[in-house]
Order: sequence, then C-alpha cells, then structure tokens
Amino acid sequence: MSMLRISESRFSVPIGLKREMRQQMRISSLALASLLLIAGAASVLAAGSEADFKAAYAAAEAADNEAGQLRDQWTTTAAALAAAKQAAGAGDFDQAIALSKQAEALARASIFQAQREKEAWKNSEIH
Amino acid sequence: MQSAIHFAAVALALLALAPARPAAAADTVDPLADARAFQNYFTGKFPNVKLEDFVNGPYSMNADMRRQWQEIEQFPPYEFALEAGKEMFTKPFKNGKTYADCFPNQGIGIRQNYPTFDEQEGKVITLELALNRCREANGETPLSYVKDDMAALTAYMAYTSRGKPFDIKIPDDPRAIAAYQNGKRYFYTRRGQLNFSCASCHVQAPGERIRAEVLAPALGILNAMPIYRSEWSGMGTVSRRFITCNSQTRGVPLNAQDDEYRDLEFYLSYLSNGLPISGPGARP
Repeated sequence: MSMLRISESRFSVPIGLKREMRQQMRISSLALASLLLIAGAASVLAAGSEADFKAAYAAAEAADNEAGQLRDQWTTTAAALAAAKQAAGAGDFDQAIALSKQAEALARASIFQAQREKEAWKNSEIH
Repeated sequence: MQSAIHFAAVALALLALAPARPAAAADTVDPLADARAFQNYFTGKFPNVKLEDFVNGPYSMNADMRRQWQEIEQFPPYEFALEAGKEMFTKPFKNGKTYADCFPNQGIGIRQNYPTFDEQEGKVITLELALNRCREANGETPLSYVKDDMAALTAYMAYTSRGKPFDIKIPDDPRAIAAYQNGKRYFYTRRGQLNFSCASCHVQAPGERIRAEVLAPALGILNAMPIYRSEWSGMGTVSRRFITCNSQTRGVPLNAQDDEYRDLEFYLSYLSNGLPISGPGARP
C-alpha cells in the first residue's frame, strides 16, 4: 500500500491536465458511441441478402464440382451445401451464406487433397 | 584441406544430380514384383499367421475373435444367402437360359478367375458386372450391385470355388497394365475429410482396433467376399465394401462398378493370387 501511495505521489497529475483528460475522455466516449452506432448500422446494412447467398452458394458448388471431377468429393461438403440451401429456404440468409462459405472451404480442401495425392500416394506404396 | 573441399564439392554435385527419391518403383509397373512385396510385407508383419490364413481377415490376427468366428461358422449367417443364390443361379430366365450359359464351366468353380480383363473392351470385368451383363443379355433387369440378390448369387459362386487359389491374369496389354496401375493408385490415395486411403487401415494398421472393430489385412481381403456383416445385418458385395469404406472416411463414394472400383478390385485380387477363396464370409 505504501509503495502504491509513493508511486501515486510520484506520478501525480496536475489539476489542469486532469480537466483536459476528463474532457478528452468525454470526447472519446462520444466517438466510441458514434462508432458503435455506425458499426451497428453497418451490420444491419451488411445482413446477408438472397443475392449474396446465391453467389456464395454458386462458388461453393463450383468448387465441389471441381472436386467431383477429381473424384474426391467429401460428404461434409455435400452436407454443408444441403444445410445452406435449407437455411436459405427458411429465409436465414446470414446462416445460409456462412454455410455456403464453409462448404466452399471444405471443397477447396478436397481439391487440395486430390492434387497433392496425384503424386503423394506413391510414398505409401510397398516395395 | 584442399582435397577435403574437393570431396565436399563433388559430393554436393552428386547430391544435386541424384533424384529426390529412389527412382520410384511406383513409376514402373511390375505386378509380379508388387505381389511378392505385398505378400512379404504381411508375412513379415505377422510372422505367426500362415499365408493362406490371411483370407480370414481379422480372425487371422485376433485369437478371441477367431474362437467366436469358429462358433459362428457352425451355423453361418450367410447360409440363407447361399441357398437363395443357388436357387437363383439355377432358375431359368424368361427366355429359358440361365446364368450358367454366360460363364465358362457353367459358372461353377470360376470365382477365383474374377475380375478378368476383357481385351476386346479394354476394361476390367468383375464377377458382379458379368452377372448383370448376363441378365441384361437375356432380357432381365440388372440387380443392385450392393446386396441382396447380387450378394446371394456371388455367395453361391464363391462357395463353388472355396479353396481354389485366386488366379487373376493380367494380359500383356497396356490397357490392362494401366487398369492395374489405376487400381493401385486408388488403393494408396488418401481421400475423404478424414484423409484416409484404403492402405491407411488395411496395410498400415491391420490387426489394430478402430473403435470396436479389428482391421482386416488387405492381403486376402477379397477372397472372403461376399460377406455377411453383423454391422450391416445382412450380406454385402465387393461393391458394398468399397462404397462403405469411402463413406467411412467422409468421402463421397463412386458409383458401384465405376472404373476406379473395377480397377481396384483387379489390383487387390491380383495381389492375393495364390491365396484360397474363402467366401462367402462372416464378419462382425
């Protein structure tokens, strides 16, 4: 406690500066509140639309088709695509977009796997 | 000192010229050498298991399971399928012909020769495919490849070949070699979200448990087909086995009798040449 008091006295702030700091804090709070308001409004504006879902779904489906051409589709991609469609059907486009993006990520991982395995399989072969 | 530097320089130059890995026997196709290496791998890994016993899958690697299986074989669960298969096999089609008319030796004792490579078509012909082609040639609708009637028919045909060693022939035809190689590639390729290849379980971990199951060795794995699986509560064909394996790794399975599956069956059966047919089998 004594140490704390010492440090307080050592680093005590002049009264004028304290007032200025308080004022600045008020301004910062105002700025923060405004920022929050803007962010809130932006998130309302950024809520997924049907068009956004369709674009995200199409990208995911294209990636899954590419995996299909490489004969390496994943069941989890198909499940995410089906769930995305279902969410969109229920009008939950935020969820539908999130699931479409998840499906695309899974499909891209399966494409990566298929491309890597074109040569990598040889490393496991018994000789 | 100078000679040491020279030596190091020469060594580095040689290293730079050397291929990344020992020239890949994987790039040259030698089925006979593959089969020898494959069989040696398993007999080396399991020195107490006789070569012909690998056809008994997990029972060859686990004494408790083996005892249970021997009890099960007193009243084998595939018996109903066997009887149904015999009846189907001998019952004439609407045109009066039977399956026997489609196969050499009237279809009896020939299972060990399948898959074959059809040099006219340039593709692998599995027994399941040959059975459906026989049906279609005689005006009948094809059967589902995965279970029931197809499993019953192949069970009967396997039974008539019990004890006969697999005798898969790869003709001197680049397409046959390519099919064999494609089967090998499929076998070792990791797929599905779980990133497993067929070899991950059946080469690298036979005898180990995956959850409650003991993994079967790849050597001899098709000799026991078709099988009654308690997990399926019924019979399943080779097609069913491949499809299920792919699904279990979270991979979307191919269609039954797609080229990859046919080639995979060709490759795996060839590696088990010399091991006796033991099908139909019973598995947990």
